[in-house]
Amino acid sequence: MAVATVIEEQKKRTEETALITGSEAIAVACKLADVDVITAYPIRPYDTVMQYVCKLVANGEMDCEYICAEGEHSQFEIVKHASACGARVFCGSSGVGWMYAMEALTVTPALRIPMIAMVGNRALDDPGAFGVEHNDALAVRDLGWQLVWVDTAQEALDTALIAYRVAEDRRVFLPLAISCDGAFLTHSQALVKIPTQKKVNEFLPPYNRGDLLLHPDNPITVAPQGNEDWVMEIRRQNYAAMERSYQVVKEAYADFERIFGRSYGNPFFEEYMTEDADIVLVGMGTLSIPVKVAIRQMRKEGKRVGFVRMRWFRPFAAEELSKSLQRFSAIGVIDRDYSFGSPYLGGVLAGEVRHALYPGNGKKPPVVGFICGLGGREVTVPNVEQMANAVYNAADGKAQPLTQWIGLRE
Amino acid sequence: MDTYVQVDPTQQLDAYKAVKKIPLEEFFTSGHRTCQGCESALVMKMMAKAAGPRTIVLGSTGCMYVANTTYYSTSWVLPWMHTQLGSSGSAALGAAAAFKALMRKGKMKKEPINVIAFCGDGGGADMGVGAISATLTHPDYNCLILMYDNESYANTDIQLSGSTPWGANTTFSTPGKVRRIMHRRWKKNMAGMMAAGHPTCRYVATVCMSYGLAAMNSIRKALAIGGPTFIHSLDPCPKGWDYDPYLSHELGELAVNTGVWPLYEVEDGVLKLTGRTQQIAAKKVPRQPVRDYLLKQGRFAHFTNDDIDYFQSKVDEMWEKWLIPGVIPFRAEVESDAPPSS
Repeated sequence: MAVATVIEEQKKRTEETALITGSEAIAVACKLADVDVITAYPIRPYDTVMQYVCKLVANGEMDCEYICAEGEHSQFEIVKHASACGARVFCGSSGVGWMYAMEALTVTPALRIPMIAMVGNRALDDPGAFGVEHNDALAVRDLGWQLVWVDTAQEALDTALIAYRVAEDRRVFLPLAISCDGAFLTHSQALVKIPTQKKVNEFLPPYNRGDLLLHPDNPITVAPQGNEDWVMEIRRQNYAAMERSYQVVKEAYADFERIFGRSYGNPFFEEYMTEDADIVLVGMGTLSIPVKVAIRQMRKEGKRVGFVRMRWFRPFAAEELSKSLQRFSAIGVIDRDYSFGSPYLGGVLAGEVRHALYPGNGKKPPVVGFICGLGGREVTVPNVEQMANAVYNAADGKAQPLTQWIGLRE
Repeated sequence: MDTYVQVDPTQQLDAYKAVKKIPLEEFFTSGHRTCQGCESALVMKMMAKAAGPRTIVLGSTGCMYVANTTYYSTSWVLPWMHTQLGSSGSAALGAAAAFKALMRKGKMKKEPINVIAFCGDGGGADMGVGAISATLTHPDYNCLILMYDNESYANTDIQLSGSTPWGANTTFSTPGKVRRIMHRRWKKNMAGMMAAGHPTCRYVATVCMSYGLAAMNSIRKALAIGGPTFIHSLDPCPKGWDYDPYLSHELGELAVNTGVWPLYEVEDGVLKLTGRTQQIAAKKVPRQPVRDYLLKQGRFAHFTNDDIDYFQSKVDEMWEKWLIPGVIPFRAEVESDAPPSS
């Protein structure tokens, strides 16, 4: 009989290395986190994570209720209620599947449910495209979801463990979506260090819903009608939870480094060759790979370009980011998304970066927005060089559009 | 079957033999703002009482959410959580799955906990039918989905739902000068559909709180039998049906006695007509004309005699032509079906 395998049964004491995809890495994290209830519904590319979960369950490597739902709305509603009843949960989606769940996505943070979801970033229909765009996950950016973008399978696994630690912290109790670029990360294999169960247990305490648990021993009424009497105060509690999340994220990364011996530096964004850079590019997700390659090439030509890869989009580390970006003579923000009709017709990240830079008397370097890589189109090294040149032009004060589409067939 | 279905033990909930055996303790009490004569509130009260204290209740958006759970004045003694309009099925499944996993893994004390999710006809027969259907196919999870059917979106201003009877005046089907009958769809046969479409669902029943003891016993059986179950309750609604609140109980009886609302249960695939419906089917009591039921309600005040005759003919069809009277609308052969012109 053919038996599904994911990774070899790992030895209990030592960290093992496995060749796995980003999706598989998150499935392994779910196993290590001892998740209780998981719901699946098919849509490419995120669904690969559920295929691995299925194998783990079938092989007895993971003990959870694994439920195939009849649509994304139900998929997210099922785990929402499971979490309210004290279960550690996992689910996910991609593209329009994520949008189909939108009502459930809206109420989950409002209910202070620490759900962990994987978003395999995918272009929204229509026209159909399997490739990556970030608009799916970004659609919940105002609702109280914590949003994080990862760019390697190792970071996917580690971030999933950190995600449970942060989301289930009583100071936070907010859902968290881990965005993995469709295909480029969900389906690409890399060598990943699999932490030992013992260390994971040391890092990740059990989920304790405390006095918010829905159980006959704790007969509470959850989510009554608040109306104008109380809704504003309840919204303010969510605001405060997201504000606290910033500190909880920092603590989690510090503990992660202490226990697993792997450091991510600044949790909120990664800086690449910024120490001596004249200009900087800012982006999210796997476009970091061509950007880093291009930067190394440009440096051979004497162009000192740096890169900031945003990891956490919510909470958004505005003060830290603006302090970092003020060091450069101009900034280019690469959006793998769109926000039609927004200020300067830019992408979502460009708007956020400008917003972060505005307050205070600090330096305000010019910001150029770039929209590229939509629908899964590859971001190439020449694309990055073109963007860097435009940012140099901005630094020199040359007139040019504030938003430029790169790699577009004219 | 034992090998393939891993259902956890349920509570032992025997039928109440008589009204006097019903406990006095209430788990749905004061604090709600339902209308006078609201039968759905009675369903909540009796449902909570029938289920007892080791129960959680998940409530879909609708009257029984909006009117019952004003912040700081909840009427629920049982733990209660709001669920989205179309999510009663998902809510039941999620809570049941959580308890199953947590108890199996030793993270929660082992005990049978009743999980009830309720929805109105809008949340159940319209928006949530897919999720309810999905949940009824999961044999491992102990939960009850109860649809309280007041035959309209009564909380949002009485708009028609897929469960509103033919011809009824609602704010989305107001009779006008040119078109008298704006709602020309026959009421969805929700319980029959759930019973027929989900062979592993062990219990489906129709109830009406005019027959409270029988309804409570149905709820107890649905919770005790194991696996996902479904109950469809017809609830007269003074606001939506437009009648004097003191008539609520009588209208429930009329719905049954006219044959509009057949009472039955399907237990492990075996159909049993119950209560007055059984007596009508056995011709021990005559089926009352639907006129007696329709004319007591303002929502049918615009009906002509032709409309009443048509309504009667459709009910007659349920009883005389359906292969299983009142339950499954299959006939031996299709016959002409011409509603009066509106």
